[in-house]
Amino acid sequence: MAPVVCGMLLGLTLYAGHLCAVFAADFLYHDYCVIGAGPSGLQAAYFLQRAGRDYVIFERSHTPGSFFALYPRHRKLISINKRYTGKSNSEFNLRHDWNSLLSHDRRLLFQRYSRDFFPDADAMVRYLEDFASLLKLRVQYNTAIVHVMLEKDRQAWNGHYFLLTDQDRQNYKCSSLLVATGTWVPNVVNFPGSEYVEGYETVSINPEDFAGQTVLILGRGNSAFETAENILGVTNFIHMVSRSRVRLSWATHYVGDLRAINNGLLDTYQLKSLDGLLEGDLEDLAIVKDKKGKLHITLRFYLENRNTSGGIDSITLPQDELDNFATRAPYDRVIRCLGWKFDFSIYNRSLRMMPGKGNKKKYPQIKPSYESRGTRGLFVIGTASHSVDFRKSAGGFIHGFRYTTRAVHRLLENRHHGVPWPSTVYPITQLTNSIIKRVNEASGLYQMFSVLADIILLRENATAFEYLEEYPVGVLAELEMQTGRKAPSGLFVIIMEYGRNFSGADKDVFYYNRAVGEAQHAWQSNFLHPVIYFYKQLPTEREMRLQHPDWPLPHPDAIHHIVEDFLTDWTAPNAHILPLRRFLENCLSTDLRNFFAESCFLFAFTHQKLPPFCRQGYMRLQGLVGSEGLRRHAAEAGLLEDYTLSDFLGDRTPDNHKGSQDRLLRDHVIPVRPLQHLVYAKDEL
Amino acid sequence: MSTQKDRWVSSFSFLLFCASSIPTWGSARLLQELSPQEYFSSLQAGRASLAYFSHNVSPGAQPFLEQIENSAEALQDYGISVVKVICPKEDVSRYCGKENALRKAYLFRGNMLIREFPTDALFDVNSIVANVLFALLFNEVKYVETLADLQNIENTLKGRLNMVFAYVPATGTAEHRAVMEAAFVYGTVHQFVLTTEAALLKDTGYPDMSSARLLFCHCQRATDLAQPCRRTAMGQALTMLNIHRHLKLMGAPLVTEVAEDPEKVSTVHLQLGLPLVFILSQKETYEADRRTAEFVAWQLLGKAGVALLSRYLLSGVLGFLLFVVFLSSGVPIKYLVLEDTDEVITLVEDKSKVKQIQEEEEEEEEDEDEKENNNQGCMPKQIGVLAALIQICAVISKAANKTVNFSTIFFFILFLHYLFSTPGTQGVLLSRVNCWDWPGVCTEENVTQFPTIKIYEKGERSVMYNGMWGTDELTSFIMLSRVPCPLKLATVEEAEGYLRGEFPSELSSYHHTSLLGVFSTATSEVSPPALLLARSGGQSVEGITLSKQNAQDMVQMIRYELLDIFPEITVQNLPRYLQLRKPFLILFSDDDIGQIESKEMLKLAKGRPQQEFVACWLNLKKTPVGRGVLKAYFATMPSLPVLVWVNFHAGGQVFKFPSEQSITELNILSWLEKLKAGLEVPSSKWTRVCNVPKHTLLAPVCL
Repeated sequence: MAPVVCGMLLGLTLYAGHLCAVFAADFLYHDYCVIGAGPSGLQAAYFLQRAGRDYVIFERSHTPGSFFALYPRHRKLISINKRYTGKSNSEFNLRHDWNSLLSHDRRLLFQRYSRDFFPDADAMVRYLEDFASLLKLRVQYNTAIVHVMLEKDRQAWNGHYFLLTDQDRQNYKCSSLLVATGTWVPNVVNFPGSEYVEGYETVSINPEDFAGQTVLILGRGNSAFETAENILGVTNFIHMVSRSRVRLSWATHYVGDLRAINNGLLDTYQLKSLDGLLEGDLEDLAIVKDKKGKLHITLRFYLENRNTSGGIDSITLPQDELDNFATRAPYDRVIRCLGWKFDFSIYNRSLRMMPGKGNKKKYPQIKPSYESRGTRGLFVIGTASHSVDFRKSAGGFIHGFRYTTRAVHRLLENRHHGVPWPSTVYPITQLTNSIIKRVNEASGLYQMFSVLADIILLRENATAFEYLEEYPVGVLAELEMQTGRKAPSGLFVIIMEYGRNFSGADKDVFYYNRAVGEAQHAWQSNFLHPVIYFYKQLPTEREMRLQHPDWPLPHPDAIHHIVEDFLTDWTAPNAHILPLRRFLENCLSTDLRNFFAESCFLFAFTHQKLPPFCRQGYMRLQGLVGSEGLRRHAAEAGLLEDYTLSDFLGDRTPDNHKGSQDRLLRDHVIPVRPLQHLVYAKDEL
Repeated sequence: MSTQKDRWVSSFSFLLFCASSIPTWGSARLLQELSPQEYFSSLQAGRASLAYFSHNVSPGAQPFLEQIENSAEALQDYGISVVKVICPKEDVSRYCGKENALRKAYLFRGNMLIREFPTDALFDVNSIVANVLFALLFNEVKYVETLADLQNIENTLKGRLNMVFAYVPATGTAEHRAVMEAAFVYGTVHQFVLTTEAALLKDTGYPDMSSARLLFCHCQRATDLAQPCRRTAMGQALTMLNIHRHLKLMGAPLVTEVAEDPEKVSTVHLQLGLPLVFILSQKETYEADRRTAEFVAWQLLGKAGVALLSRYLLSGVLGFLLFVVFLSSGVPIKYLVLEDTDEVITLVEDKSKVKQIQEEEEEEEEDEDEKENNNQGCMPKQIGVLAALIQICAVISKAANKTVNFSTIFFFILFLHYLFSTPGTQGVLLSRVNCWDWPGVCTEENVTQFPTIKIYEKGERSVMYNGMWGTDELTSFIMLSRVPCPLKLATVEEAEGYLRGEFPSELSSYHHTSLLGVFSTATSEVSPPALLLARSGGQSVEGITLSKQNAQDMVQMIRYELLDIFPEITVQNLPRYLQLRKPFLILFSDDDIGQIESKEMLKLAKGRPQQEFVACWLNLKKTPVGRGVLKAYFATMPSLPVLVWVNFHAGGQVFKFPSEQSITELNILSWLEKLKAGLEVPSSKWTRVCNVPKHTLLAPVCL
């Protein structure tokens, strides 16, 4: 009781601060602790609150979203705020809204906060403030968590508690820890002369301060280009240097790469307007300042060989040996725009929070379920969780992690509260419909392509199925354990993918015939399109481990690509729906067509086993009888045979109706059967 | 700026000491000309006057005089007289004596000098009226220069008074005059605050400083002292009329609650030619609706009114739709049904859009065939049952036509809105919800199959329709849902009427089966508990004794009881008889079966109480698909009538009764004996399993 009372008083009066000091040895306990009230922290809190969980968010600043109060320095967000799509489907519209968090409250759509396509960062700060206050999320402001450690306890959910300490030495105890701290620590490169470098965090944003100057920018991300864009018009020239080649987001289909809105410098470089881009390893760099205060670029190699007693004059510059050395002109300023990394410093060693490998070293190592590799019960959400799909999907950005955060919440609900992953059970006749509906409207699948997938779990005898939305495919093998759902009779996985060899840093994504249009070429689709994997059994851990690195999933029993579509509208009856239905029918060995009651009547008299639509509809007195007008219509369309007209005096050949059938299904070869009504009824519905 | 203000402020307390008694000199001219003595003696306590002292000829002051003469009329509206005082040549008193004083105009209230104006501050009528009123309304209109001043005033007003904050680029302008004139009228109702500091406007969040602005600050309802009061900017130019209009709108209640016919409602907004948005409210959701209404009202403040229409108090008003925008002022009334608060706000904010939407809707209606004008998005009309059914079928047939694959119509779900309005005038309101556009609605309504029909009764329960999709079946469903279930009968007469199908009157014209539960010994025919079953037509009443059965068993039993002994098989009823899982002895007939055959068959059917087969017949005229069945069984069409034994559940064997024999009970029985003995050869056998045909059109598996 004491910690609770103490917590309440702490919130109320300063006086209580003294009271709390008495209990300092005690811990304020919560089931869930979230560190950071940025977009992902608030998003997680929203779901926790809706589920009625005991949680708290610790925020070191006095407002939520403090990153956005500072960054981007030039205030223009590059996440799109598309206010019009011509559709009223709110789920679909989220596909083109990159800033809103998920909530039930329609007031909390970002388009209410800014009319700009690329909104000002202040709008995001206002939005996050409203999100926290309107939804009454429990955020404890001005609380900087400075240390996190573990306390072993067998009773605890995960075998240990998380002990958090804030700047005032107040301690908190939590069963589960959600780290939503983003990336705050600027990346710094140390080389001789790096003390002359100004950081993106503090460099002036007033273009006037750069008038007539020559500027070198280190880095090649959006922050570097944003900085260049701002001063492009007033500098003598700008050079940009970084190790890697420039990666354009429209070529890589990765939103974190250089966006078209920031690439003005590419124009001036390629059009020979003095600005330029260079590739080089920043570790080899050295900067030397001359007496006039100009900064000269040299290489570490030269510095190491110099005579230590001499000044600047004794240093060999590259141009002394190579008189056309690219960066031989001295610079007035050097600006570092190298991005940020995760702050590992607050975690006790026992938590084993390790940086990722290679280009993911700015993020902590986590599993595809977003749980830390080192500590059970510690989940990383938001930008810091981007190692799962770095340079692939949108998990490092609001429009991606809002979904992965929801997925984490669903995993936690199942693990700790016995609430299985939400699902809907449909009769098998709705299989094609459910898939078509989701691939056309689902925003989570669309934004988190190749990372989140819809799962269809087939019930026994394939009479019904269970639909689970937006499950992280990286942990597909653990599906039964993670979701509390069973997959006894096989499953479909619905996922969105780009063509395998289409996107890339140096790919030409505008080549002729870059898109395919016909259903039989669907597997060659290049642009984002739905892919359906069929597994007779849940893939095993081993299969997941051995899968091809370029594939989101292991080898399926069957696979189907829905052909890419220029309008991303996959509702065309012949190009999209029919091939999909045929695929599903083949996988399930059943007939998924819909039939008029009259056809079911005929089947009932002539067939032992009826198609599911007749079995689940007509035979349960739910068939489509329609009206006289409807029957006439169907007969005219060649979907139903009009028996009222038949004279039956002569034996009609089945070929009479073959023509209309072929019109409907071009490539479909119809075996001539004694019972032609089957053919007539083929695609009547 | 500050010097100007100092001048005004520092010259307010001059006392006048000279007074004599000369009667007021009435004149038709608004600008009076008086001598100093006359003037000072005419001054009345509390009455304001603007005086200009002159030695009669002062050529430089001539243009000013003209302006002052022009403004006399305007000032008189505010009870301020304008006087030209002719100074005698020898006069050296305070106002006439100094050359300096003659270049000024003086404002008196009673005999107290309020302010002296240099003539160059009074360059036209606007500046004269503005400055004079500004001086007189010193207490009513606060002048501020800094944000701190403004905030102080705002803080003192919170919970008490609303504030009108105006920014004018300079004093003496037309806008300044408009503000002062408004302050004269509303100064006691609202606190007026004026500034000429552009920076101050910027600080309050309105960056456009080029033109005058007026903000209405809702301080009266402000509760949080830390937050600034909510503000509503006036969108129009600062004219007296616009300000008056704006203040009137701000003074109107935020949300008007209405329980009458929307067309009879009149509010300030409609009087001022603004739209009024009706938000439909239900009893159950009143609180939420009220909040929505307030939210919308705040967004639309000054642009449109918001009324909360209590639907439950009205009869026959539209269904579940959220918003109706109702444009008035000479324009014919427009109903637009909108789903979303956003839509309402954008619509009202951008009037041009209203037009656009209407045009689009009209175009759409032209394109669609006439059946389809009840399209989603347009206003549903109250329509009769029959019309509803026609529309349902139109939707189905449209969906099932040859250009649309049926699986694409997953969007459609049909909502039948069944509204009980006043007794006697029942109608069915049909709506269609496109689940593609409104996934949230469909999820909430638990719609997982498409299409789906649900019926809603007066906002209470909703029932999912799970019968056949046919006109008769739907009619029956709708008809039966008009009476309460179970129906409580009060008297024996009612019960008898009910069994005859005459009570309740809603069902009297409709053929139906009545079931009556008997739980006491009111009738002697059955021992309670029992069920009385009266088939439509009401020839006989059967009594069924109930033992300890659960509801499901009872439903099963009633279904069984409802089956006919020798039924005509149709597309609609076949599944009921198939559920018996028995072979069929079925007579296919070209039309109605002959009396003899019918009699013989009935005898056969009745003869054996525990029938091991279903005796039935099929009218090929009514059920033409029967020809398809015969065609499947026999290579050539047999002559009719033909009696067929179909064994559905044991291998699908079909036997044809020999056509040379006549259809009599005896012949049939002996034939059946032979069948059982295995002496007959099946005419046809079908064990085919309806499976997927082999496909060639399949996406290659790219593994």
